[in-house]
Amino acid sequence: MQANAVAVIQEYKEKSRKRFLLIIIGLCICAVSFISDILIGPSWLTLSETITAIFQREIVPVTTKVIVWTLRMPAALMALGVGASLGIAGASIQTILDNPLASPYTLGISAGAGFGAALAVVFGGFLSEIIGTSLVPIYAFTFSILTCMLIYFMGRFRNLAPETMLLCGLGLSFLFQSLQSLLQYISSPEALQSIVFWLFGSLAKADWFTVAIIYVVLLVIVPLILADAWKLTALKLGDEKASSLGVNVEKLRIKIFILISLLTSFAVCFVGVIGFIGLAGPHVARILVGEDQRFFIPLSAVFGAAILSLASVISKLVSHGAMLPIGIVTGLIGVPFYFSLIFRSQKRYLK
Amino acid sequence: MIEISKLSFGYKGYMSNKILNEINMTAYPGEITAIIGANGIGKSTILKNICGLLKGSGDIKICGKNINDYSRKELASHISYLSQDTFSSALLSVFEVVLLGRVARLANNVSDDELVLVRDVLCRLNLEKYASRNIGELSGGQRQLVFIAQALLKNPKVLIMDEPTSNLDLYYQFQIMNLLKELTVTEQFTTLVSLHQLDLVARFTDKVIVLNDGCVYDYGMPEKILTAKTFRDVYRMNTEIVNKCGAAYVIPISQYKDL
Repeated sequence: MQANAVAVIQEYKEKSRKRFLLIIIGLCICAVSFISDILIGPSWLTLSETITAIFQREIVPVTTKVIVWTLRMPAALMALGVGASLGIAGASIQTILDNPLASPYTLGISAGAGFGAALAVVFGGFLSEIIGTSLVPIYAFTFSILTCMLIYFMGRFRNLAPETMLLCGLGLSFLFQSLQSLLQYISSPEALQSIVFWLFGSLAKADWFTVAIIYVVLLVIVPLILADAWKLTALKLGDEKASSLGVNVEKLRIKIFILISLLTSFAVCFVGVIGFIGLAGPHVARILVGEDQRFFIPLSAVFGAAILSLASVISKLVSHGAMLPIGIVTGLIGVPFYFSLIFRSQKRYLK
Repeated sequence: MIEISKLSFGYKGYMSNKILNEINMTAYPGEITAIIGANGIGKSTILKNICGLLKGSGDIKICGKNINDYSRKELASHISYLSQDTFSSALLSVFEVVLLGRVARLANNVSDDELVLVRDVLCRLNLEKYASRNIGELSGGQRQLVFIAQALLKNPKVLIMDEPTSNLDLYYQFQIMNLLKELTVTEQFTTLVSLHQLDLVARFTDKVIVLNDGCVYDYGMPEKILTAKTFRDVYRMNTEIVNKCGAAYVIPISQYKDL
């Protein structure tokens, strides 16, 4: 018994170290994937060319510089940033709604964005001549924020009860999908094509400006979520227990929901609907480190980033010369990997 | 110290049918006060009102100050609460769950002092061998011990436990009540528990509050309260009271038929 008592603290510290190491490993996977994402494409670069182009951009030929800095790097960074955003958003939504099936996708936030994008394509008209190509992201962003607000205000009727918010989100998801189908039905063939392509999700339109927005949003929001890591962990014990431990449950839920709404809306408005990351990133993280949010949230981000970045690499490998839409690849490649983890895991993580 | 005056409460939609009707009661530091009464009579409702988890009308004072004048965090630093419901689907280890007892004060990097506190309370309840097990893998009784450990971690002024022994075996019923008794005296906790095991009430508590029909039926020392008349009125049971080992034991005889 004595030996046990001494070992208890050691064990906890050892576990924390291992979890930290997992985050580092995840980051290494992201780095490798990021480099591969840059060197793979219609014209392949060598590893040394890529690295030189990244770190000593003055000494490489102009074409290499353009390929790396103008074409591929923004898309590669976008994959990591959006993946991380969706991973964190999924993890936090699952925690505040206490449901492992919740994600930006199942809550209808993506469907809202999809409807907004379709609206911009079909009825953009003269507005698109003034604002140009950014009309679609602006509409997508507006409608995904609108969806979040609807979920929030409907939830308020029942004291922000998790199940109410989840069910409202599901309802809104169907509503916006129907509206979007309606738009597709009445739109011209050209408009239909651009709506469908937007819905597939694509990193191809990423540029330095949109990348900067995604990373600034991440830099502002992630520390705000992590500051409440312990409170979110306590919330996993249930509202009543968290409340009796001193957590202001309602305030925490509102704050995190607002932060997630922003994170998700910025992520989906630039790249389109990518459904799987917000569900899979957190699940992989949960299987590996449990639900101590100090590790769970960062690892969800890291895995979200890694999955989307690897999907981007694979999308370029399977279709030579062109890029298969990223939304298609994440599902096709991710789901088998996801199933294998679910069946191998000994832990029970669905209620 | 807990002072309650004129506490009334009805659950939503049942306001006309109040479960608590102008309850007055006091619990003192250094004493274990037990609330007893039939199922659904409002024992847990009182306890939740004290913790601020439910809001009824009337005044509740903790350490001389109205609970509405405390912030959520301040109130939690004064009160440790053990819920009747110890189910948890969280993927957290026993160590992590107990550590959450101090959630309001934890920094991102947990200090060694806090880890030592967690270890000590785990050892005190013989839980150290389960420290790294997942909370969901434990039995109901073990989970109850884990949440008792969590409640004891923060060294509160007021300890509120809703049926702390309901899932425990005979040995741990005594272990927990002995521990509560010891801590209540040495740390001068104000301890308020709801209990169904009447032998534990007789043996370990200092004061008893009997609830019936939304009101306090009786209040006082256990030996005065635990009478055949009380059990007939409150539990509708015919009983015999036997004195043994310095405490009163209740032997149920038959159900009381009201004619």
